Amino acid sequence: MSKVLVIVETSASDIKPQSLPGITAGKAIADKSGGELHLLVLGASPDAAAAAVAAKGYGATAVHTIAHAELEPMTAEAWGDAIAHAVKSLGATAFGGTATSTLRDVVPRVAAVLDAPMAGEITGVVAGDTFAREVSAGRAIVQLKMSAAPFGFTARASDFEPPAEGGTPSVSAIAAPEISKRGATVLSLEKTESARPALTEADVVVSGGRGMQKGENFKVLEELTDLLGGALGASRAATDAGMVPADLQVGQTGKVVAPNLYFAVAISGAIQHLAGMKGSKTIVAINKDPEAPIFQVADYGLVAKWEDTVPKLIELIKARK
Amino acid sequence: MKILVTAKRIPDPDENLKIANGAIDTSASKWVPNAFDEYAVETALRLAEHVGSKDRLAEIVVLSICPKDKKQHLTQFLAMGADRGIIVDADDTALDAQSVAKLIAGVFKKESCDLLIAGKLSQDAEGNEVAQRVAGLLNLPQATFGATVNWNRDGKTLAVAREVEDGVETKQIPLPSVLSVDLRIVLPTSVVNNATAADHKYQEGPRLASLRGITMAKRKKVDVLTPADLGVSAGLGVALAGVQPPPARAAGQIVESPEQLVEKLATEAKVL
Repeated sequence: MSKVLVIVETSASDIKPQSLPGITAGKAIADKSGGELHLLVLGASPDAAAAAVAAKGYGATAVHTIAHAELEPMTAEAWGDAIAHAVKSLGATAFGGTATSTLRDVVPRVAAVLDAPMAGEITGVVAGDTFAREVSAGRAIVQLKMSAAPFGFTARASDFEPPAEGGTPSVSAIAAPEISKRGATVLSLEKTESARPALTEADVVVSGGRGMQKGENFKVLEELTDLLGGALGASRAATDAGMVPADLQVGQTGKVVAPNLYFAVAISGAIQHLAGMKGSKTIVAINKDPEAPIFQVADYGLVAKWEDTVPKLIELIKARK
Repeated sequence: MKILVTAKRIPDPDENLKIANGAIDTSASKWVPNAFDEYAVETALRLAEHVGSKDRLAEIVVLSICPKDKKQHLTQFLAMGADRGIIVDADDTALDAQSVAKLIAGVFKKESCDLLIAGKLSQDAEGNEVAQRVAGLLNLPQATFGATVNWNRDGKTLAVAREVEDGVETKQIPLPSVLSVDLRIVLPTSVVNNATAADHKYQEGPRLASLRGITMAKRKKVDVLTPADLGVSAGLGVALAGVQPPPARAAGQIVESPEQLVEKLATEAKVL
């Protein structure tokens, strides 16, 4: 019987929201292969977090923990040791979770150690061993069939809803194997302080491009962003030019977002950028160039200068609220 | 210090993608170097050179897995300034990530390298697997998606800033190890080797090959190996079960004014 092991990331006492889509993907794999969903919590003392995960259930059969001081802060080296051990000792047939920076780092490492295939950033579960994913900046969708078990997977967050809660999984500890960071050390973690929601989780994203010309011009986009309770984004052209920090970049080389409402302001719409936002439900493009490719994916296009349009939009939306 | 850099050739991403017979048809494609691998070579060059001096702090070996007569992309990297090349003669379009990683790990060991630098992903397959797999196979530490790197030559460590979910993590790894790079690695001050002046600003982006570089590239050594030389029998753990174009978005509409836009967002799309 198949056994799908999903690695969940947690704070000291709860699951991190970014791990939720991976559970949904894991459940789909388990359901389509007539198997069980198992969850894995790693940390120096993971019991409280594991209890919180088990309380929500998520349709899992069991929640497993591995406790070891070397597992915090997360490194691919130490987590790789723990995950590979869990896969082997549980006899898991699949392992993975959300395509977060953590799992994109560690799942391929584990796959290599186990001599296993994997499918990264999957957008759909076609069958228990077959997955859809985008390639070439979203210009094609391939279906990949895993020819051996176990296999690894990471699931693109924007393509899987959070999982339904429910069930009463058992909680048990796996004795820690030898775990080592192999000399690696995390020197610092500088959190991006923001009153805004995370780009990948926001309902509304307002992005600016090269046409914004300079960083201070993003102020008006920030005003629109905050009025809508959204997150600020940017095209690669804008981040490369240093107008805004690089972690705001939306695109093949940045973040993939799929909000309800996406504003592309002064963005031409290179394939690279479209790859990061074309899953958005409603796309609005504002650009003074009527030939800009962004208009081909936009639900609503307005051929106009942002300088005139964005302040007017702010005024109109305020009047409506 | 010996740095191995991986270089993949990809079908030109600016060409239209052709899908035929359940696969992506690359038979008529123009092949170009993967952009992230250009960043990797640029990173290696910045680590190796002491700007303002003729000293070289590292040897740079560029590795590509491809048919041996299709190595233009490798020649380009030699022209940028890499010291020599290695080709593993194989049909790169028929190898899975694990086979590729095994071949790279084999070359890393054979050459006794100190550092592997790889682009974080290839623009065609977008697997984002190979560097991590090589680190796993070699049991080495890894720093993936590097945005900046600072090489401490005395301590034989790298400090790598990498973008993570909620901020920027700085991870120190000892050599030998594996580094994969993001595009921000080619910003003017992203690579520090503590030899080149700390305030030196590189031109943004991977450098272009000079005329002299192009001439010299033709004389640089390129060894050709086979998978068998490295003791690797290529397997295929992943089979292609189908390819489709992405679903087309329904045609949108052009609105005439901000007023009309807000009205439609509120009443038609119901997102305000």
